[in-house]
Amino acid sequence: MLELKHISYSVREGDGELGILNDISLTIDDHRLVVFTGPNGGGKTTLAKVIMGLVTPTSGQILWNGQDITALSITERARLGISYGFQQPPRFKGLTVRDLLTLASGDKKLSKDKCCQYLTRVGLCANDYLDREVDVSLSGGEVKRIEIASILARNGSLMIFDEPEAGIDLWSFARLTETFEQIHRTGSATMIIISHQERIISLADEVIVVGDGTIRHRGAAADILPKILADTLGGCPVLTKEVAAQ
Amino acid sequence: MMENEIDRELLEKIADMLGKPVGAFNIRKDSGCDGRQSTEHIQITSKEDGKSGIDIRIQDGTVGETCHIPVIITKPGIQEMVYNDFYIGENCDVNIVAGCGIHNCGDQESRHDGLHTFYVGKNSHVKYTEKHYGDGDGKGGRVMNPQTVVYLEEGASIQMETVQIRGIDSTKRDTKIVCGKGAEAIVTERLLTHGDQTAESDMEIVLDGEGSRGRVISRSVAQDTSSQVFYPRMVGNAQCFGHVQCDSIIMGDAKIKSIPAITANCTEAQLVHEAAIGKIAGDQLLKLETLGLTPEEAEECILKGFLA
Repeated sequence: MLELKHISYSVREGDGELGILNDISLTIDDHRLVVFTGPNGGGKTTLAKVIMGLVTPTSGQILWNGQDITALSITERARLGISYGFQQPPRFKGLTVRDLLTLASGDKKLSKDKCCQYLTRVGLCANDYLDREVDVSLSGGEVKRIEIASILARNGSLMIFDEPEAGIDLWSFARLTETFEQIHRTGSATMIIISHQERIISLADEVIVVGDGTIRHRGAAADILPKILADTLGGCPVLTKEVAAQ
Repeated sequence: MMENEIDRELLEKIADMLGKPVGAFNIRKDSGCDGRQSTEHIQITSKEDGKSGIDIRIQDGTVGETCHIPVIITKPGIQEMVYNDFYIGENCDVNIVAGCGIHNCGDQESRHDGLHTFYVGKNSHVKYTEKHYGDGDGKGGRVMNPQTVVYLEEGASIQMETVQIRGIDSTKRDTKIVCGKGAEAIVTERLLTHGDQTAESDMEIVLDGEGSRGRVISRSVAQDTSSQVFYPRMVGNAQCFGHVQCDSIIMGDAKIKSIPAITANCTEAQLVHEAAIGKIAGDQLLKLETLGLTPEEAEECILKGFLA
C-alpha cells in the first residue's frame, strides 16, 4: 500500500515561494490501477516524482507497505520495488537495448526469450532492437517503448508511468493498453499512470484529477470523465472573460 | 619463454593472451625478444638495418590467421623506440593484435615509442587491435607514443581499434592512413585518462583514391585533472566519403580539446565531422538509479557502455 501524507512541494521564485504541490494526502491500495490526470503544469509529474524520490518534498511523509520511505534515496526505493517510466527517457551512447533490459531486470544472464517477451509487449521485435544502442538513432516513440519495456523487465510491485502514450503511434498504443490491462488483471503490480487518454483512463480503478497542486477530484472513471470534460475550456480563458464582461 | 605473474597479467590485458598464442607471434619483453613463432603464411624476422624491431610478411591469400605482437615492459627506466613493418600481400584477411603493457614499480620513467607501418595489398582486409595498459605503484612515469602509418592499395581495408583505459601517464598518438581506389579505413579509438595524465591523438586519413571511404569514431573520458587533445583530420582528394565522429565525457577538473578538420580537394568529396564534449547527463544517472543502481554504479555503467 502506498500512502502520501500531507505532501507539499514548493520552489523559490524571486523573494517568495511558489507552491507546486499543496498538502496532498492519498492512499493507494495494492494491485490498483490509478490514473493521474489533469491540466498541464498541475503537479501530476511532480507528485509521481515525489513517490520515486526524484523530487524531495518540502514537507509530508511517504509510506510504502507501511515503511516510511520519505528519506530514502531513489536507489533504495527502486530496490523496494518502486519503478518509474520517464515521460522523456534519456538516451545512452553505447548502451544497447539488451543492456538496459538486463540492468532493469537485475538478472545478469537475462535470456533473449525474456527480452523478446518484454519488447513484444510494447510492440517491438527483439531481433530488430536487442543489439541497437539506445541513442539518437532511435525515434522518440521507439525510445519510449523501450523505456516501458525496461519497467516491465524491472517487474516491480509499484509501476509509475509518466504519459506512456506520448509519442507512440496508434497501433503500438493499442498493444500498450493491452499490456497495462494484463498487468492489472493478473494483479502483479500496483500501477500509477499519468495520462490524458480516455482509453487509459477507462482502464483505471480510480482516477485522480490533479490541478493547481491539489487533488481536484477522485473517483471511478465513469464518474470523473464527465467532470474532466466539463472543466475543459474550449477557447482562450482571457477572451472568454472579455466576452462574458460585455 | 619465461613468464611470471606480471607478464601474464600484462599479456592478458593488452593482447587477450592466455598461455601460448596460436599462430604467428612475437613477444617483446624489456627490449628483448621473449618468444617468436612464424607460420607457413606469416614470417616474422628481426630488422636487418640496425633498427630495433621486426618485419612481418604475410603471403598473398592468407585468410583467417592471427598475428600477436605484444610488447611488455616490466623494468623501470627502459626507454625504447621500435620499428615494426607489416607487408601484407593481396587478397588476405588477417587479424593483427599489438599492444603494450608497462608495469613500473620503480622511480624512473618507462617509455615505449613505436612506429608501425602497414603496406596492405590489393583487396586485403586487416583488423588491427592495439591496447595500451599500465600498472605498478612506482613513481616513475609510464609513457607510450605510438605512431601508425597505413598504406591501403586498391580495394584494401583496415579496421583499426585502439584502446587505452587508465594506467598510461602520457601518450601522444600519431596515425596516418592513405586510402587508394575503393579502399576503406575504419578507426575506432577508446581512451580514458585520470589523475594528471595527458593524452594527445593526432590523426590524418587521406582519401586519395576514387570511391575510398574513411570513418573515425573516437570516444574518450577524461577524469580528475587529466587532459586530452584530439586532432582528427580527413582529407578528400577524390570522389570519396569520410566521417569523423568525436565524443567525449568530461569529469572533475579535466580538460578536453577536440579539433576535427575536414579538407576537400575535389568537388566529389563528401566529408562530415561531428564533435561533442559534455558531462554525464543528470537524467541518465537518475534513470539508472530508478533501476536500482547506486549513483556510483550508474556512473560506472554509463562510462563502461560509452567506452565499450
